[in-house]
Amino acid sequence: MRGLLPILTVLAAIVAIWYAAVAPMNIRGALDVAERAGAEVMPTESLARFERPIWRLMVDNPQYIALGYSLDRPRLPTPVQVGSELWKTTGEMALNGRAFSKRSLIYHGWITLHSTLWGFALGTVLGMAGAIAIVYSRVVDMSLMPWAIISQTVPIVALAPMIIVLSSQVGIEGRTVPKAIISAYLCYFPVLVGMVKGLRSPGAAQLDLLQTYSASGLQAFLKLRLPASMPYLFTSLKIGIAAALVGTIVGELPTGAISGLGARILIGDQFGTPLAIWAALFAAAILAGVLVTLLDLTQRATLKRMGMQA
Amino acid sequence: MQDTAEAPVISATSLDLTFQTNDGPVHALSGVDLNIAKGEFVSFIGPSGCGKTTFLRCIAALEMPTGGTLTVNGMSADDARRARAYGYVFQAAGLYPWRSIEKNIALPLEIMGYSKAEQADRIARVLDLVELSGFGKKYPWQLSGGMQQRASIARALAFDADILLMDEPFGALDEIVRDHLNEQLLELWARTEKTIAFVTHSIPEAVYLSTKIVVMSPRPGRITDVIDSPLPRERPLDIRDTPEFLAIAHRVREGLRAGHAYED
Repeated sequence: MRGLLPILTVLAAIVAIWYAAVAPMNIRGALDVAERAGAEVMPTESLARFERPIWRLMVDNPQYIALGYSLDRPRLPTPVQVGSELWKTTGEMALNGRAFSKRSLIYHGWITLHSTLWGFALGTVLGMAGAIAIVYSRVVDMSLMPWAIISQTVPIVALAPMIIVLSSQVGIEGRTVPKAIISAYLCYFPVLVGMVKGLRSPGAAQLDLLQTYSASGLQAFLKLRLPASMPYLFTSLKIGIAAALVGTIVGELPTGAISGLGARILIGDQFGTPLAIWAALFAAAILAGVLVTLLDLTQRATLKRMGMQA
Repeated sequence: MQDTAEAPVISATSLDLTFQTNDGPVHALSGVDLNIAKGEFVSFIGPSGCGKTTFLRCIAALEMPTGGTLTVNGMSADDARRARAYGYVFQAAGLYPWRSIEKNIALPLEIMGYSKAEQADRIARVLDLVELSGFGKKYPWQLSGGMQQRASIARALAFDADILLMDEPFGALDEIVRDHLNEQLLELWARTEKTIAFVTHSIPEAVYLSTKIVVMSPRPGRITDVIDSPLPRERPLDIRDTPEFLAIAHRVREGLRAGHAYED
C-alpha cells in the first residue's frame, strides 16, 4: 500500500512525542513515589519541590526519570499503559465473560453508542427536514438558517445540564433521551448545511431540463435534487456522527451520569485515576473511528451502486 | 418561408422580451417576426447577447415574452410544452451521473408516465437513432463528450416530440467530432422529419445544416437577415467546398458584420 509509509511515519512521530512528554509530566509523581520508598531526592521537602519547575527537577534527579514511565497513577500514562488498561477493561473482561460488567468499557461504550445512534438518527432526520424546508421556502431560508447558526455558537456544556433538567421536568425517565437530544443538537447542523448545499447542487440547466418535461416539484425533488445531494449527505453524515458522539459524551459529563464513556472520564478525574480517563478517551476515539468507517463504507457502496465512482 | 398552405409550426409576431435588471432594462428580443414551417431545419446565428438562445427559450416556455405573440403548434408556448411539443437539447449534455445512459433516456419517459415496456422500446429505438446501441448500460462518465451529447439528443427524441430545440449542442466539442455529429444530425433529421431549431456560433455549421438561417444581432436582440438555403437536403460534408455553400456563408458573414457595425 502506497499510503502506508506516511501513515506509519506520522504515527511513529506521535508516539515519540508522547513518550518524550511522559518524562517531564510525571517527574513530580516519580519523585513523590521515590521519596515515600525512602530514597533521597532533590530537594528533599515536597513543598520546595512543588515550587521548582519540572525541568529543574529532571536535571537534579536524572536517576528517577525512568520511574515516571511505570507509575500506578501517572499524570500522563505511556501508550503501553493506556493500551493495557484498555485491554484490561475490554478484551480481558470479555474473555472472562464479564463484557457487560459495570467496570467494563464495553458496557460504558455501549451506553454511549446507544444514545449516540438515537441522537444521530434524530439529528439526521431534523437536519434533512430542515434542509428541504430551507431549499423550498425562501421564508424558512431567511428565518431558520440564522437560528441554526446561532444554535451552534451556544456552548453545549452550558446547554447539556439544562436539557437534562428540562427533560426530567416533563417526565422523561432515564438519561438516554436527554443525551440523545444533546447529541442530535450537535449532529443536525452539519447534516442541514450539507443537505442544503447538496439539494441546491443541480445547476439551472438541469432544472430547466425538467421544466421542459413539465415535471412536478415532487418529481424534480425525487429524480434530481435528492440523488444529486447524496455525496454531500454522506460527507455530512460522517461529520454528524462524530459530532453526535461528542454530544453524548458531553451529555454524560456534567450531569451526574454514572454510566457511559463520559461518566467514566468524569469519575476517573474525581478519583484521580488518569489511566481510566485515558482508556475511556481512547475507547471514545476508537468508537468514533469505527462509526465513521462504517459510514464511509456505506457511502462507497451506495455511490458505486448509483454509478458515481468516476 | 415554405409555399405551403399549412400553418407554421412556430410563429412569432413582433415578439419582445425585456429583462429588468439593476442596470436598467435589457432588450433581449425586440420585434422578432419569424415563421418556421413543418420539417424545416432553422439555425439561429449571431454574437453573444443577440437573443438567439432567449428566442429558443421562449419557444420552450422557459422565458415569457413581454410583448408580441408566439405560437407553437398553433397554441401558446406553455400549452405546447404541456402537450410535449418539443424536445430540448442543451449545450451541456446534462446527463445525470447516477443514471446509466438508458436510465437517462428513460427520465422524461418516467416523468411522462410511460409503461416500463414502452420505455424499453423507445430507449432501444432512440439509442439506435443516435448510433449508441449497446451503450445503454454504460454510465455517462464512461462515454466521450460527443457520445454524451448524442445520448442527450436521444433523451430529447425519446417522447416523440415533433420539434427539436437545440441550443449550441456541439459548441463544446472539437471540430472533427462536430463534423461527424453534424452529418449524423442531418441523417437523423431526414429519417425523423422533425422540425429543428438550432442555435450556433459557427457559420459553417449553420450553413451546412440549415434550410433556413436566421442571422441575429444584439442590443436590442433582433433578426437582421433570414436566408433560405438553396442547398439540396442531401448534403455530403464536402458540399462545404462548393461555390453555393461559400456564397451563403459569405452572406451570413456580411449579415453578422452589419449587425456589429453600429456598436463599434
